[in-house]
Amino acid sequence: MTIGLIDTRCANLASVRFALERAGLDYRTGVTPDDLADCDRLILPGVGSARPAMEQLERSGWAEVLAGDTRPLMGICLGMQLLFSRSAEDDIDCLGLIDGAVEKLPREAGSVWPHMGWNTLDLRSPDDPLLGGIKPGEYVYFVHGFYAPVGSYTLASTSYGADCSAIVRQGHVWGCQFHPERSATAGAQILKNFAELDA
Amino acid sequence: MLARRIIPCLDVRDGRVVKGVRFRDHEDVGDIVALASRYAEEGADELVFYDIAASARGDTVEPAWISAVSSVIDIPFCVAGGIRSVDDARARLFAGADKISINSPALETPELIDALAREFGSQCVVLGVDSKTIEGDWRVHQYTGDPDKTQLAGRNTLDWLREGIDRGAGEVVLNCMDQDGVRDGYDIDQLAAAREICPTPLVASGGAGRKDHFKTVFERANVDAALAASVFHKSLIGIGELKSYLIAEGISIRP
Repeated sequence: MTIGLIDTRCANLASVRFALERAGLDYRTGVTPDDLADCDRLILPGVGSARPAMEQLERSGWAEVLAGDTRPLMGICLGMQLLFSRSAEDDIDCLGLIDGAVEKLPREAGSVWPHMGWNTLDLRSPDDPLLGGIKPGEYVYFVHGFYAPVGSYTLASTSYGADCSAIVRQGHVWGCQFHPERSATAGAQILKNFAELDA
Repeated sequence: MLARRIIPCLDVRDGRVVKGVRFRDHEDVGDIVALASRYAEEGADELVFYDIAASARGDTVEPAWISAVSSVIDIPFCVAGGIRSVDDARARLFAGADKISINSPALETPELIDALAREFGSQCVVLGVDSKTIEGDWRVHQYTGDPDKTQLAGRNTLDWLREGIDRGAGEVVLNCMDQDGVRDGYDIDQLAAAREICPTPLVASGGAGRKDHFKTVFERANVDAALAASVFHKSLIGIGELKSYLIAEGISIRP
């Protein structure tokens, strides 16, 4: 089992790579779909902002390939947001693999924006294989200013001004709004669960 | 519920962790990777590494230890010191740092904050501010890594916070120099004033000496995180016992 790590050239693959190594998981990084053609599942990491990342996915051919790909795919943080149909960040169309739209977190007077730090998971579909071994109320590390509202795709949510999707799934596509690679043992468990999904 | 963060700060000089009192007289307190893993295991929520001499020295942090730290710890960490350009920042982020923090170079070239936020997003751009009371006013200092080079930056602290956030900083670490290393409690008045004008996460720094200092700064200055160094390095307070105490006191904390 080899995980393909999609390099969007938007920095910081290192922390995901190191997390996969700590978990003893086999992976390869690649910029184009051809680079990762023989991988069994894919991770789309992401820091940075939506437009440059989407442009890179279109240039590299991933946007087109992922529309027809059936391998298990997991997006992380911005990578999760790009799985949706649209994002209010830069107001752009995204990959459209999950039916829904990403919105800006409410920025009220007196509130702190972005959402940064350790917050708790409210498990809405605890039986999903990605959540194996994850306890209700587990803390994971978030950094984001945009969010996916809770919908039929939400497996776990967290609360910060609004109810935010923390873990999502539609078919073979999963996403984590938080950073499993920086979420201590709970994060490592989720990466391991993804590697061990029945595909 | 979002937890308040406890952040051990590791001052780095020549590849070792050091700690001084009021920014002077540094002593060696240990190996970077060993201390980083110890804190992560004990329950630290995040780590900050300051290359304390980099800005004053005029060269940059060697990223080799950054990947070493990134490969062993599973919590986020920020790297500060000597980041003068987008390329400096990229090298550290690509090595595995989650955030970069800029201080003196941002005072020299405030546009650097805009450039970093544009390139990497505000969420990984931290503005570090060293502030000291001068004639009843809070004033920014720069080149604080070297006592002989430390100087007033010619800016009012709260004005500089506003400008830095407007330019795109996604988090502020406010180090109150009057309190640094003396373990007499955080500068509540200054941090509360900063909180009033700071819409981004705010990290308190300088003065932690007892467990109740953390409780007070969370309750009275409403900061998102509290940073400390010597009390952790010298094992005067254990992170685990600190967190248990804060949870018992009703503060939202990740166990």
